[in-house]
Amino acid sequence: MPHPHDVAVVGAGPAGLAAAVEAAEAGLDVALVDAAGQPGGQYWRHFDERHAAPGDARGLPGGPVFTDLRARLRALSGSGRVRYLPGRQVWLATRDDDGTFTLRTTATVSAPVSAAASVPVSAPESVTARALILCPGGYDRQLPVPGWDLPGVMAAGGVQALLKGHRTLAGKRAVVAGTGPFLLPVATGLARAGAAVAAVVEANGTLGWSRDPRGAVSAPGKGVEALRYAASMARHRIPYRTGTVIREVLGDGRVEAVRTAVLARDGRPAGPEREIAADLVALGWGFTPSLELPLMLGARTRLDLDGSLVVVVDALQRSSVEGVYVAGEATGVGGAALAVAEGRLSALALAASTGDPAGTAAIRRVRRRIRRARRFAAAMHRAYPVPAGWPRWLPDSAVVCRCEEVTYGDLRHAHADLGATDPRTLKMLARPGMGWCQGRICGFATAGIASCLSGRPSTAEDLRALSGRTPAAPVRLGELAALAEETGGGGPAEETGGSS
Amino acid sequence: MTYRMTFRGATVPAEPGQSVAAALVAAGILDWRTTRKEGRPRGLFCGIGICFDCLITVDGVPGERACLVPAADGMRLGDGTDTGDDPAGPGPGKEDGDAASA
Repeated sequence: MPHPHDVAVVGAGPAGLAAAVEAAEAGLDVALVDAAGQPGGQYWRHFDERHAAPGDARGLPGGPVFTDLRARLRALSGSGRVRYLPGRQVWLATRDDDGTFTLRTTATVSAPVSAAASVPVSAPESVTARALILCPGGYDRQLPVPGWDLPGVMAAGGVQALLKGHRTLAGKRAVVAGTGPFLLPVATGLARAGAAVAAVVEANGTLGWSRDPRGAVSAPGKGVEALRYAASMARHRIPYRTGTVIREVLGDGRVEAVRTAVLARDGRPAGPEREIAADLVALGWGFTPSLELPLMLGARTRLDLDGSLVVVVDALQRSSVEGVYVAGEATGVGGAALAVAEGRLSALALAASTGDPAGTAAIRRVRRRIRRARRFAAAMHRAYPVPAGWPRWLPDSAVVCRCEEVTYGDLRHAHADLGATDPRTLKMLARPGMGWCQGRICGFATAGIASCLSGRPSTAEDLRALSGRTPAAPVRLGELAALAEETGGGGPAEETGGSS
Repeated sequence: MTYRMTFRGATVPAEPGQSVAAALVAAGILDWRTTRKEGRPRGLFCGIGICFDCLITVDGVPGERACLVPAADGMRLGDGTDTGDDPAGPGPGKEDGDAASA
């Protein structure tokens, strides 16, 4: 085994970049593992830097913060103080008896790509470290709706990733739907790139958060940001249909239109309906944090204000597992500025725990910033909830699990006739979340359906039952076999067990 | 320069730096595999490597995520029978590729 690093940071988005840079500058020996070929994560996603064009940086939010962190990472990586491992996914994280962590990684892309490709294929690699800072980020949260598996329906974040990361417009006439402030930059981004945006369909109210005094006061800059989006929506003449949801995506083999309904006073989609033609539908209901690695290591989790399962951390970003810090969306969805602050705090706290007293004042400052950003995030979560009782709107034919093609009717049947009253049993009997994505896309929805069918609110335990995933990334059989040989036969599932 | 890839016999252009999925979508190709149960078409959904809807065979290697594979000149995409089903059995395992053999 190679010499362990002081810390391994997983993820090079806002939290991970800040954590790696801060830790290395505090004198720690750092490894940084990231699934993408270049730093930035989802929030700072941009076109392949080796083929950069002048317009690529336009619309990169918080650009100067990113370019500063990237420059520092380059310097630190050049001088050997950060071992930067891009294009690699961690598929197994373990804690050895002596407290050392081992991350087993695999290439994100295994196809024999040519020299022109940005992600190099290299041999499987293990990283060992005395501490971990996990910054796995998150992805769009989804609620199933009839027709959402038609080609042309995409996650809102995926539509934006295509634009920012690949200069590709996914359609000519778009509907952006779900809930939350993130729908606005997606819609205006599409319009700027030349698409007609037929509507933003928002289940909740307009800018509700700005009326929440607790949150608005804590983040004055956010008011300006909201006004900018509002102005851009107006400039591009994008209709903003609030209190409205998509009832059905229509099309034969690909998206042709959506049918929307206004939510009535009692919250049911019983109001006036409308059909809107579109060849692209972008869906997002907030975000789901990626918890594979924290759960694999046994970190305690809780239900956050937005209904997501998140990792419990203390005031220094420490999880319940000694030596494991967690920062960014995995501790509660709150955006990039908060993630950067949490990443920095993790690194400063870890450096302080290894005897560096220099960061004490910085720790106080960054903790103040985190508290402020958390208050704002809480206001957003209160203003943009997932509509109560949404599973009751589904027809039996609606696909819930896209991988295994499990319908709402299948789940209702498993509940009513087979007695599957909890998500774990539901998963065993009807197989939602048992396919390729391991429940990443339908886990939140399945938990919501299970609890709704039982007439009770969703719990953290519901979500935990659908969140454990080992391995945490697709891995070649050869790599699994090599591990079994090395550890004397036991597969990784036996080794880490428990969480799924 | 513009890369040229092939998908089921058709030429698909790609800008260097684009993903395979982005190039397909830009060429108006929205789906490139079918589900194994109902035969439903699947293409790009999450766009960031989470959902595995966009699985495709790349230069003979099955089960790659089209949203993550960078486009390259001369790439052969899809084999016409992609179902997202894995020859090694269910679940997120992969056939051992040359590059990774221990």
